[in-house]
Amino acid sequence: MKLKYFAWVRERIGKAEEDIDLPEGVVSVRDLLVWLRARDDGYSEALRHPEAIRVAINQTHVDHREPVAGAREIALFPPMTGG
Amino acid sequence: MGGAIVPDVRIQAEDFDLAAEVSRLTDGRSDVGAVVTFAGLCRDEDGRLSALELEHYPGMAEAEITRIANEAVARWPLKGLTAIHRYGRILPGDNIVLVIAASSHRQAAFEAASFLMDFLKTRAPFWKREHGADGTAGNWVEATEADEKSSHRWSDFTQR
Repeated sequence: MKLKYFAWVRERIGKAEEDIDLPEGVVSVRDLLVWLRARDDGYSEALRHPEAIRVAINQTHVDHREPVAGAREIALFPPMTGG
Repeated sequence: MGGAIVPDVRIQAEDFDLAAEVSRLTDGRSDVGAVVTFAGLCRDEDGRLSALELEHYPGMAEAEITRIANEAVARWPLKGLTAIHRYGRILPGDNIVLVIAASSHRQAAFEAASFLMDFLKTRAPFWKREHGADGTAGNWVEATEADEKSSHRWSDFTQR
């Protein structure tokens, strides 16, 4: 599945998007954040406060309990500041 | 005109012309009695900023604003609804966002425009970054508690 990152999440991770194979045991958005955080310092820095990260699956907002199985595109980003 | 109107949602780098957009909604019609417009502009924060940079999530930005706009159409008897949001580098004094709500009477237009802006600020995937007066890229703007509270005014609006 494709992961996309925006704003300071993108900057800290150091890339705008990537393709990943979901590892065994990653069921929810929350699991995904925990797994990503352990990958390296950039992810760890970006996701240090996972509760602050907003998530969209297939371009729709979801909460952290949402299952990730079958998602085409998952985006992680800070709270929005448009308008 | 019968049936629900279709909101006109545009995400673009280019500027917009407020008067032209109002005309686009009202020209040749005699059923519109009220038009409320909201334009959001870039401030320089007392000279501290040289520009704002707006990042967005292409695809989802259109989809999310369209979802909010369709909810406004379902809640108020609107004759027209336009939402335009810019992205990219925006200079102080320049336009960022435009909302136009048209209806038969003023209350629906006022409320729909306010509703659309409140949810656009907290749910549309845009992020502002400040560029300092010295030209350096600075901090990402932080989301405010006040904006989040404003969206809770419309408490019976639940998405999904």
